[in-house]
Amino acid sequence: MAGPGAVRGGAMGSGAAGPGGPPVSVRLRRGLATHWYAWAMVAPVVAVIGVIIGYPLVRGVYLSLTDANERNVARSIGVNHLPATYEFVGLDNYADALTGDQFLATLGWTLVWTVSCVTVTFGLGLALANILNRRIAGRSVYRMLLILPWAVPGFVSVFAWRFLYNEDRGFLNRLLAGGGIDAVPWLNDPGWAKFSVIAVNVWLGVPFMMVALLGGLQSIPGEMYEAAEMDGAGPWQRFRHITMPGLRSVSTTVILLSTIWTFNMFPVIFLLTRGGPGEATQILVTQAYKFSFEISPRDFAQSSTWGVLILVLLMAFAAVYRRVLRTQGDTW
Amino acid sequence: MRRGITATALAATLALGATACGDDGEPASGKSAGGELSGTVTWWDTSTVGSEDKVFKKLAEDFETKHPKVDVKYVNVPFGEAQNKFKNAAQSGSGAPDVIRSEVAWTPEFADLGYLAPLDGTPALKNGADFLAQAAASTEYNGKTYAVPQVIDSMGVFYNKKIFKAAGVEVPTTVAELKDVSKTITQKTGKTGLYLRGDDAYWFLSFLYGEGGNLVDAESKTVTVDNAAGVKAMTVVKDLVDSGAAKTDATDGWENMQSAFKDGKVAMMINGPWAVTDTYGGAEFKDDKANLGIAPVPAGSVAQGSPQGGHNLAVYAGSPNLDAAYAFTEYMTSVESQAEVARELSLLPTRTSAYALPGVADNEIVGFFKPVVDKAVERPWIPETGSLFAPLVTEYTKVLTGQTTPEKGVGATGDAYRELLKGWK
Repeated sequence: MAGPGAVRGGAMGSGAAGPGGPPVSVRLRRGLATHWYAWAMVAPVVAVIGVIIGYPLVRGVYLSLTDANERNVARSIGVNHLPATYEFVGLDNYADALTGDQFLATLGWTLVWTVSCVTVTFGLGLALANILNRRIAGRSVYRMLLILPWAVPGFVSVFAWRFLYNEDRGFLNRLLAGGGIDAVPWLNDPGWAKFSVIAVNVWLGVPFMMVALLGGLQSIPGEMYEAAEMDGAGPWQRFRHITMPGLRSVSTTVILLSTIWTFNMFPVIFLLTRGGPGEATQILVTQAYKFSFEISPRDFAQSSTWGVLILVLLMAFAAVYRRVLRTQGDTW
Repeated sequence: MRRGITATALAATLALGATACGDDGEPASGKSAGGELSGTVTWWDTSTVGSEDKVFKKLAEDFETKHPKVDVKYVNVPFGEAQNKFKNAAQSGSGAPDVIRSEVAWTPEFADLGYLAPLDGTPALKNGADFLAQAAASTEYNGKTYAVPQVIDSMGVFYNKKIFKAAGVEVPTTVAELKDVSKTITQKTGKTGLYLRGDDAYWFLSFLYGEGGNLVDAESKTVTVDNAAGVKAMTVVKDLVDSGAAKTDATDGWENMQSAFKDGKVAMMINGPWAVTDTYGGAEFKDDKANLGIAPVPAGSVAQGSPQGGHNLAVYAGSPNLDAAYAFTEYMTSVESQAEVARELSLLPTRTSAYALPGVADNEIVGFFKPVVDKAVERPWIPETGSLFAPLVTEYTKVLTGQTTPEKGVGATGDAYRELLKGWK
């Protein structure tokens, strides 16, 4: 078992020697001698994680402290290598982002987007899970159909929605025209565009919520409902006092996950509206992408600054969320 | 002992590597001893898929019959993505093409970033004096030539003659007339007058020039987009959309414009020669090419003008096969190739001599656009020209969708320009 050994070795290696113990170097050497095998086993994993997560992360943080852009980064063109000439500027980029109105305005819409997507998705997922947890005819067929949005690759569904939303030629407006309703500017009006992107994200997110909550529902023992019924509890009371507490551990996890995913839901925004019209639906990640890949000269420094700020925001959210749950007695 | 051998081998490898790096002067040539070209030439084309691309692909691959040992790889990259895709590939040094069809505004930018090979004195640039001066201007940067002009273009009003006849109207020559004509068309036929692209600020330029404005003035190093003419131009386009004279979209503008015009749902669109072949394929024009009329863009309150555009062929500085890339560029921009493209696609040649050739001289579309191009407004060929559209299109769309006012829209664009162009007024 490499795992436990590695964890113990790690704690020793970090130099957290208690008072009165042998010196750190001795403990380190002893730790290595005892657990060399465990160290060897985890080394590849550590190396891979270091390369694919650690390096980009450190590099991103570093770039956010410079004025790097397309014109001053290192480039290799065939046999010619142009060295990097960007400079360290300290926290200037962060000061600019946090004092300018672009970041705060984008953050505002990102929060609206995240909260509305997660709330609606969770509500619908819960409702569907409850419906499908009963014995109804063709239950497995419904379950299969409701998972479909999840089974189709995200970009395919988003493109399909983009066709449906097309103001002149889209299916939705033809349907409305059949009912005598004027064409709706789904993606052309800022307000409607916001509604449209949220609708697509909810459509994409419901299957996950439903499946997760359905699993949670099935783990609640049926005897509890029977007992409650015997005691005269109505359907709403049963839902309120058995289902909700029973789903608590599942729902806290899916809400956390869903919040993080939605906050960074790049494909829906990018493929539907590219953040438009204007910048009406631009969320933080799509704007960071725009800095790095769409404007020219490409502003790598600003893009990484926004990236680091996104990371900090999500970490803060996760920490607060955990703390709140813990004060409510959850051992998550 | 063993370790010693490894160290020696390592040192030798390093030394070899250093020597290899030192040979910067000599490109990895695709020329065999006899001077015959060989190897692969990858070309990124950006022409319209479904109409123009077939002709360009065939033309490019015909290069192989002249040089049997060369393998031409034709890749069509959508125009909207090509600039960024090329930058990604060129910067990382992997996956870049040998030759790219570079839009005129991209060329100085790519050259400034060091991505393009200078072409002076190479076989790519043959008979340079034959090129139209306007076309050649965008290929020069810092005293060197970085590209060869392939096609040149400008914009005009495309109109559906049948709809005009049904509504009993004449082609508008000013924006004011355009508004009246659109109104009559809607009243008489129920169709919309004009399709105006709202997701690409290039379509805004002729209105800006019409009010006597411009994005920047490179000579006096002044940002001019936010002056009174800029505000007026934004007000004009907003009024066209708000009054129902024009319809627009914030996404998929190209597809929506082409299908609306081809299906006869709108009577007019502003477009260039690159749209002609695609438009002829539409339901309204397939069997009746004469139904398509083209006229100069409507004048604003001050002037009449449309932007000069076009495409160049540029060679990637990191191409491993420069010799073949030069030859391919020369072949694609030769008089014969340009005449072929003009005959098949009605795109305008950049070589003066090509205009005299049969099939070009009597081509109606070429005949219409040539005088338009001659009078077209030339853009400043500074490295930032290609960067001017990103801030503008955001504000342009915001103005058209009512999220900001014309004053604030051009104001924000001007601020972005001054940040981009350090030290400009």
